[in-house]
Amino acid sequence: MSPFLAGITWLLVFQFAGEAIVRLAGLPLPGPVVGMALLFAALVVRGRVPESLGSASDGLARHLSLLFVPAGVGVMMYARRLADEWLPIAVALVVSTVVAIAVAALVFRWLATRAGDP
Amino acid sequence: MSEPIFSLWVYLAATPLAGLMLTLVAYVAGFAVYERARFHPLANPVPMAVALVVAALAVTGTDYRTYFDGAQFVHFLLGPAVVGLAVPLVREWPRVRRLALPIAGALAAGSAVAALSAIGIAWALGASPATIASIAPKSVTAPIAMGIAETIGGVPALAAVFAVTTGVVGAVTGKYVLDACRVTGWPARGFALGLAAHGIGTARAFQVSGEAGAFAGLAFALHGLFAALAFPAVRWLVQFPY
Repeated sequence: MSPFLAGITWLLVFQFAGEAIVRLAGLPLPGPVVGMALLFAALVVRGRVPESLGSASDGLARHLSLLFVPAGVGVMMYARRLADEWLPIAVALVVSTVVAIAVAALVFRWLATRAGDP
Repeated sequence: MSEPIFSLWVYLAATPLAGLMLTLVAYVAGFAVYERARFHPLANPVPMAVALVVAALAVTGTDYRTYFDGAQFVHFLLGPAVVGLAVPLVREWPRVRRLALPIAGALAAGSAVAALSAIGIAWALGASPATIASIAPKSVTAPIAMGIAETIGGVPALAAVFAVTTGVVGAVTGKYVLDACRVTGWPARGFALGLAAHGIGTARAFQVSGEAGAFAGLAFALHGLFAALAFPAVRWLVQFPY
């Protein structure tokens, strides 16, 4: 069987397990995030990443941006609100994102240097 | 349009095929330009793809709901893609463990700044409460941001639009911001991109370096997990006195 197909199947199995746990336990968490934690634990126990999962997750990660296009097209439904409030929205999105990148990177570097891993 | 062609059009436009195909064609076109531009950050494929799809829908008079019937198959893959982020995390695990302190610190500081600065700026410039609540989780990946917006009084689909826009802004400006801050290490650069610009920033980081991509994926996943817990908790604390 193609490793990619087996890998995708495993990803769906772990996503399903994550969704099931979230529903059953009533957790305020997204199912895929719990699925990721489960897969992470399974791979750490196993000690290595099987080729199948490697090829499937690399394939999805390479074109992660594609997966956001349908949500982005939703912009057309809010043309009116965006036209009315374009200034606060544009300034908040751009400034806040730039500041968040800078703060995260600088805090990371500061603490990494202190830990001896620049 | 002649009768048989018109009925063919009606049939095709009503099936999920049209929306799905349009999404892929637009992205492939956007990615071809990105490749041509040698992956220059300003040539990000997402805004190009979104603009092409919106133009095609406007020309054909198709509404978003009809389009999404087809595009949902692409949207759905966000789930398995998030699960798959465990893989780069396991590959980089020894490094991640050694960097546990910077990871925790950057996650706490970055996520607080990402949410509070967006809320503060939108509020100061007179945005409506529903817009502010939709913009607050903007640095969290779209599917999680939608859930958060719903719990704090925002509009889920609008939150998804803001999240995607934020991802694009981060992927486009990231290199320049990080260069200006003189942060050169791939772990710090990747982590900052994934934290502030979730999946779109992570895609950008993977295109630049595998190590940056792994740390971006880690930040993207941790921020989603953290925000999904923190937003409802803060909301609960804030309304408690009343």
